[in-house]
Order: sequence, then C-alpha cells, then structure tokens
Amino acid sequence: MTITIKQLQKGLADKQFSSVEITQDYLNKINQKNIDLNCFISVTGELALKQAASADAVIASGKGSVLTGIPMAHKDIFCTDGVKTSCGSKMLDNFIAPYDATVIEKFNRSGTVMLGKTNLDEFAMGSSNENSFYGSVGNPWDTSRVPGGSSGGSAAAVAARLAPGATGTDTGGSIRQPAALCGITGIKPTYGRVSRYGIVAFGSSLEQAGPFAHTAEDCALLLQSMSGFDPRDSTSVDQAVPNFSVDLNKDIAGLKIGLPKEFFADGLDSDVATVIETAISEFRKLGAEIVDISLPNMGLSIPVYYVVAPAECSSNLSRMDGVRFGHQCENPIDLEDLYKRSRSEGFGEEVKRRIMIGTYALSAGYYDAYYLKAQRLRRLIKQDYVKAFEQVDVILCPTTPEVAFKRGEKTDDPINMYLQDIYTLSLNLAGLPGMSIPAGFSQSMPVGLQLIGNYFEESRILNTAHKFQQVTDWHLKAPEVK
Amino acid sequence: MSRWETVIGLEIHAQLATSSKIFSGASTAYGAEPNTQACAVDLGLPGVLPVLNTEVVNMAIKFGVSIGAEIGKRSVFDRKNYFYPDSPKGYQISQLELPIVGVGRINITLQDGPNEGQPKTIGITRAHLEEDAGKSLHEAFPSHTGIDLNRAGTPLLEIVSDPDMRSAKEAVAYARKIHSLVRYLEICDGNMQEGSFRCDANVSVRPMGQTELGTRAELKNINSFRFLERAINYEVERQIELIEDGGTVAQETRLYDSDKHETRSMRSKEEANDYRYFPDPDLLPVIVTDEDIEIIRNNLPELPEQKCQRFISDLGLSDYNAELLTSSRELADYFETALALAPDQSKLLVNWILGDLSGALNRSDLDIQSSPINAAMLVTLLQRISDNTISGKIAKEVFEAMWQGEGSADSIIESRGLKQITDSSAIEGLIDEVIAANPNQVAEFQAGKEKMLGFFVGQIMKQSKGKANPGQVNQMLRDKLKA
Repeated sequence: MTITIKQLQKGLADKQFSSVEITQDYLNKINQKNIDLNCFISVTGELALKQAASADAVIASGKGSVLTGIPMAHKDIFCTDGVKTSCGSKMLDNFIAPYDATVIEKFNRSGTVMLGKTNLDEFAMGSSNENSFYGSVGNPWDTSRVPGGSSGGSAAAVAARLAPGATGTDTGGSIRQPAALCGITGIKPTYGRVSRYGIVAFGSSLEQAGPFAHTAEDCALLLQSMSGFDPRDSTSVDQAVPNFSVDLNKDIAGLKIGLPKEFFADGLDSDVATVIETAISEFRKLGAEIVDISLPNMGLSIPVYYVVAPAECSSNLSRMDGVRFGHQCENPIDLEDLYKRSRSEGFGEEVKRRIMIGTYALSAGYYDAYYLKAQRLRRLIKQDYVKAFEQVDVILCPTTPEVAFKRGEKTDDPINMYLQDIYTLSLNLAGLPGMSIPAGFSQSMPVGLQLIGNYFEESRILNTAHKFQQVTDWHLKAPEVK
Repeated sequence: MSRWETVIGLEIHAQLATSSKIFSGASTAYGAEPNTQACAVDLGLPGVLPVLNTEVVNMAIKFGVSIGAEIGKRSVFDRKNYFYPDSPKGYQISQLELPIVGVGRINITLQDGPNEGQPKTIGITRAHLEEDAGKSLHEAFPSHTGIDLNRAGTPLLEIVSDPDMRSAKEAVAYARKIHSLVRYLEICDGNMQEGSFRCDANVSVRPMGQTELGTRAELKNINSFRFLERAINYEVERQIELIEDGGTVAQETRLYDSDKHETRSMRSKEEANDYRYFPDPDLLPVIVTDEDIEIIRNNLPELPEQKCQRFISDLGLSDYNAELLTSSRELADYFETALALAPDQSKLLVNWILGDLSGALNRSDLDIQSSPINAAMLVTLLQRISDNTISGKIAKEVFEAMWQGEGSADSIIESRGLKQITDSSAIEGLIDEVIAANPNQVAEFQAGKEKMLGFFVGQIMKQSKGKANPGQVNQMLRDKLKA
C-alpha cells in the first residue's frame, strides 16, 4: 500500500495520527526489512522520535508547515551535525560532520523527521549501489537485482515503503536512474537550484540534490523545501523559487513534448521501448503534441562525462588524505606512506579508477586533449538542448535503456555499467532539470520515464508528471517485500 | 667589468589586509593559538564550499590601476593540485590563465651601475589572487609535525615581475617600491617578519651581450630586503663559478639560509609537481566592469610618485629629499603630520627627519612607526630652536635625551638647564670676562686679524656651556671689540 506525503500531511493535520506514531511505524518497518535490503547505513531512531515529538508539539500549537512531522530518509552524502556521514566509504566511516548540509538545515527548519541515512555507491560513484563499503542494496521488487545508483539506498527505502520520501543527489543520473529501477518518482532540479553546501563533493559542476517520493506532487513539496539561493554556495542561483505545487494540475493540452530520436535508438531494450510508447500515447490522450526532435551530440555524453566527472572528483577527493579526518593507515613511516596507504585502504576500486582517470585527464600534456576538449564538447551538448527547447516544452525519453539488472552482472564491466546512464548524463552536463516517473513494467520490474525541462522549469515537468500520474497508477504499485 | 650579466625576476606574495579570509569568514589576525582561526572551510572538511571575499578583488584592482595594468574583466580561479599536510584541500585555489591583474609597470631609481640615480621601468607580468597555505611546525613535537591552519586561506596577491632587473640592488629597489606601494594603498601591512610580504627571486646569469636567458634558480625563504640582496649576490656568484668551472645551472628551487648565508637545493624540476590546474567549479568567474574600476581609481589615495612631485613643486624640496621622504607611506605621513604643526618649517623638518631621526632609526634598526620621538615631539624641539630657547647644537643633545625616553623637549630643557642665555647683561658679563683674560688676542684682533673673532666666540660659548645665544654673542662681541 502506498501512503503519500500528502496523505500523511492530512492525517497529521486531522489528528488521525501523530508524527511520533508514524515515525515509530516507519522505524519498525526499517527494523524488519533493512536486513534484507541494506538500504540504510545509519538508522537514527532516537533522534527521529525526538524530532517527531517536537514536530507534534509544533503541529499542536498550530504553527506546523506542510512538511512538519513528515519522516524522511537522507542519502548518506549530506553532512549531518553529530550523525556519521560516511558517503558509503571506508574513508569516512569515522567521519561525523560538525555541521548540517544546507539541505538538511532546510528540512530541519521545515520540521521533517530524519529516520536515518541511506546507502549509496561510494562517493556517489556508481549506477548499481554495488560500490558501497557497507555492502550492496537489494531492489525491493526483486532483491537479486540492483536498485540502481548512486542513490540506491534512498530509492529502495522509498520503494519498500520504509520512508515516504528521501533525498538523493544526481551527478549523472543518480536520482533518476534508481527512481526508474525502483518504480518511484524522483527529480533532479536545474543546476544551481539547490545548495551543494554540505554535500560531500564528487563532480561539483554536475551534481544537484533532489527528492524521491511516490508522486510528482510529493516531489514538488520536498523540492520546495530544498530549493533556494545559499550564500554558502557560490554556484547556487540567486533567483526566486516558484511555488512548485500551484501549476501541478495545469492542463497539458497543447504541450509540446519532444522525443529525441537518439534516445530511442540502438541499445534500448525493446520491452522498455514498448512501455514508453504506451506512456507516450497517454500523453497524446491528455492533449500533448508529440514532436520528433534530434539531439545530434548525445553520443558524446558518456565520453565527455567520464572526463569531466573524474577530473573534478580526482581533485575533490584530495582532501581525504588521512591527515585531519577519515581513515588513517596504521603506523605510517613517512608522509608519502601516510598518503598512499590511507588512500589505498580507504577508497574502493571504482573511486580509485575515477581518481586515476581524472588525474590523467588533468595532467600536463593531456589537459588540452581531454579536459579542455571535453569542456568544449559539453557546450555542444548544451547547445543541442537549447535548440531543442526552442521547439518543444518538455523532452521525453526512457530513463534507462533496460530494467534493473542482476547484482554482480555488470561489476566486472565498467563500460557496460556506465552505459546505464546514457539517457541521464547529458542533463547534468547541460545543467537541466529532469525527473523519472514510473511508466509500467517489463520482466515484472518497473520501467522509468524521463521528463526533461528547460532551465528552471521544474514546475513544468512536475505538472507533466502529475497529469500522467492522475490517469495512471504505476506510481502506486508497491513491491511485496518479505 | 664582469663578463656575466645577471637577470632577476621577482615573485612577491603580498598578504592582503582583509579582516577575514579569502574564501571563508575566519579571522586573518596574526599570532593566535594554532588552529583557533580555522573554520570548516579552512580545514577542508567534506562538503564545504569556498565563497569569495569580494574585498580582495577590490584590493587587487587598486594595485592593478596603480601600476597602470589592464584589469581582467573576467578572471577565473583555478585549482592547483598537490598534496601537503598544510594544504588541507589537497589543492590551492589560485589563478592561472585569467588573472585579475594583467601587464603593468613601475618605475624605480637605479641604485648602482653606470646609470646610478637614473630611473628605470620594471615590467610587471601579472598579479593574481590566491589563498595561503597553513604552516607545518617541524620543531614543536618530537618525531611529529604539527599543522597550524590559522594562515590557511589568508588572501595573497602574487605579483610577478618581468625578468627586468640586472643586479641585486636593482631587485631590492623594485621590491621596496612594491612594498611602499602596497602600504600606500593600505592593501598589505608589509610586515616581512610575519610573512605578510614575501619575495621569491628567479635568478640567472648569461654572458654579456647574449639575448637568450640562462637557466634560472628560484630562491625562496627570503624575509628581509637585506637578505634578498645577499641571497641574490650569493646565488649569482654560485652560478658564475659553476659555469666557469664547466658545470651547468640546474632549474630548481633553492632555499636561502640567512644563518649560513647560502642557498641550497630544495627540489629540482624533475621532482616538481604536475599541478593539474583546472578552473575551480565551486567558484564563478569574477566579473569586473569599467564602472567598478573607475570607482576604485577615483578613490585611490595619493600615490608615492604623486606625493613626491607635490613635495618638489609645492614645498620646494630637492628631488632626492622628496624621493626619500616618500619612499614609505609612514615616513611621508610623519613628515606631513609634522608639517601641519609647523607649516613654515619644511626645510628644517626635512633636515631633521632625514638626518638625525633617520640616523637614529637606522642605528636602532627601527621603523618610523616605532620611533620613540613622534612628529609632534620633533616639532616642539624645532620650535625651541626657532624661538631661541636653545641653539641647534643644544637641540642635538635634547634630541638624544628624547630618544632615550627622558620626556618632551621642554621638560628635558628644563631639567637639564639647557635654556639658552639671551639676557644681554649676562652675555655682556661673559664677554667682559673673556676680553679681560685675553689681552694679547684683543690686540691681535684690533690690529686687523678678523678671524680672532671665532676664538672669542668659542671661549664665550665654552664659558656658557653652549647655552649663550650665538647670534647675540657675535653681535655684542663685535661691538665691544671695535669700541
């Protein structure tokens, strides 16, 4: 059964139940099911009940806001004051930040309750959640399959109904791809919409935080709370945040939806394609105008992304040096030994691979050929979208080329793993907002549909998604988790 | 004349005098307990982000317009990646491709060589903003290294000169000129001991007449102008000797050891880091408009060269004296403070400030700001000369006592009984005594030996312990002897 945030909010307001009651209920479910799913790294039961009790007091005093008392899970990449922030890495297994990420601060101010912190690919690098120091995560629809990544823990937790909403971060698809694979709704906003302060950095120019929930309507509420200019993040945009909920029900008759031919080409699973085709006909029925478009440079996104993201990560992860915090090797003989062993022991294989790639791409003699060229091509990718949005209002495509794959299936084949993000990466390179919504099933596994909006037009894709969810019930289907 | 020509370029790091750091709100005050002025951003904790302190941009522009440089309308912060414990993020935020200040120039006066005293223009390649690193404390803990991150994130303006200098003295003149300028602009406190103003020197030699540059060594760890001169001279000699002995100069970084007075290799180019510079994705490009630049230009303080010209044209000072007085803002301020109190005494003030006062400061190795005699005290002393309370000669004794901290000019004159004798009857008495005691000399004078007058004056001054007014003595003595 699916209980949305909207429903919880009503129940709290109508005094059907208290925040403490629902929080306890979620904690009980986590307690039962997390052993199999492994979607939480930390469960903060005591803190949650304390926050729920004060939320109840606020609600009782009549001063509650829309999210007061709503339990949530946070990806373990957001720094939380006094609670471990591991980022899925041995390197930060002992790291407790002395500050809250801006996103956490904002949710605290909204009065949400933190149930715990969710599993992820180490430092958000991965598409299957198999790169976590804390072990892989099961897909609630079939635990022998992956939930996607990197925000696999958050997506699995929401899909398994262990939390009504959760946060994630998306550097190349890390919200949209796990949302698709787990059959839930997730949105990555425009770059700059949400502050990155307090998010352990991987690809600074690419990543944005966003929410997971069951519905576009709930995502609108959560995104509302997360968004806004932050003086502590120079790349956050000083622009008024619209009310994401007001336009949800706007008629989409006449809305121009573009289908990029490049995202319906080779490599797309035919069953997935069929599901998406069916969804497209729903949008036609809603009066949308479907337009074929082309994004000719999309073939460049994977090579460009795998230069830019590793380059930034190689530098961002340099601070993990075993000196001031994090894993430190035992008995270092000298400084170089301290660095080498602390980092060799602290980082996992995928992280090391990307640090190596990025270091190489930035090295003297290779910088122009790799990093600089990648940045030039990145502009071409962005231009494709800019041109496309001159013709259409929203772009639609599958979120992933196939449904959730088996755990272990692609771990030895990084290229194949990288291809899972082929439809999502380009948005991060361009900085555009995008979301994934459940659109049907293939092999009894959920299929995600991606909606891409123009810059700062989150409202429009939320509206498009909401209208779809009004006439379909894929988003309400729940897996049976033992 | 040497067969070798020396070529020097300087990289000066001027710590910008902001109260908070370049990318965080932590204080930049010097001397606090280790790690008490380092916030999460300075510590490079996971998830934190830099936010530019825009004051540093204004300071850099101030410098840029003062050296006639083109200001970067769009400048970019880059990451310079390297591992070191006092570099907490594993990279330093600096500017590589697009610095805030472009090509500029500054004039110096040559201190040696065939054109001594002549002006020379030194080119400035660029000046860029960057953050300072922390400090590694190797001595404090046995077998461990302490890290103090108070300095991490302190704003620096790195000023890079062209390889335009041809002697150590020339390099020092340039460094002093930059030092004076940044202090005039109030963008750097210039304290070299505390490391607020640091010079690295790129030094090479080449056979006279050769246009191509020789291989350079970069000298670091120089914390005074005196050491800058010595380090360069040592290095030049070392390189010439090396080449003349058939060796070649290695491109390397060399540390100057002021105790041993030598430079020694720190790291060679082969071991040098590949810094893997790339634009910092956490910071936006800095956009500067023409209006921003104009506002800063219009609010610049009077610069040393303008002040110098004013002293020459308005006060009639010599070029030499005007240049000396404006060599530091503090010295010029001292002079101008004194001048405001005694507007008609400019010549006397200049003589005392550049003479006795500068001499005393040099002997005690003090800056003008630390002078035990402030401008008002000096003016009082000079007023006692002009109102005939004391003679110029006695004034030197009073000055010495003031320097030793014995109090104001008036109290010293009073307590030591140095007040000049101007009472004509007292002077007359002294004259009479001396005339009576020296009849032969009187006769010589009256026989036409005019210079005997000096003898009598000397005797009278001696009798009065220097306190008799010399002008009165002269006049009255002449009258008496001729009578």
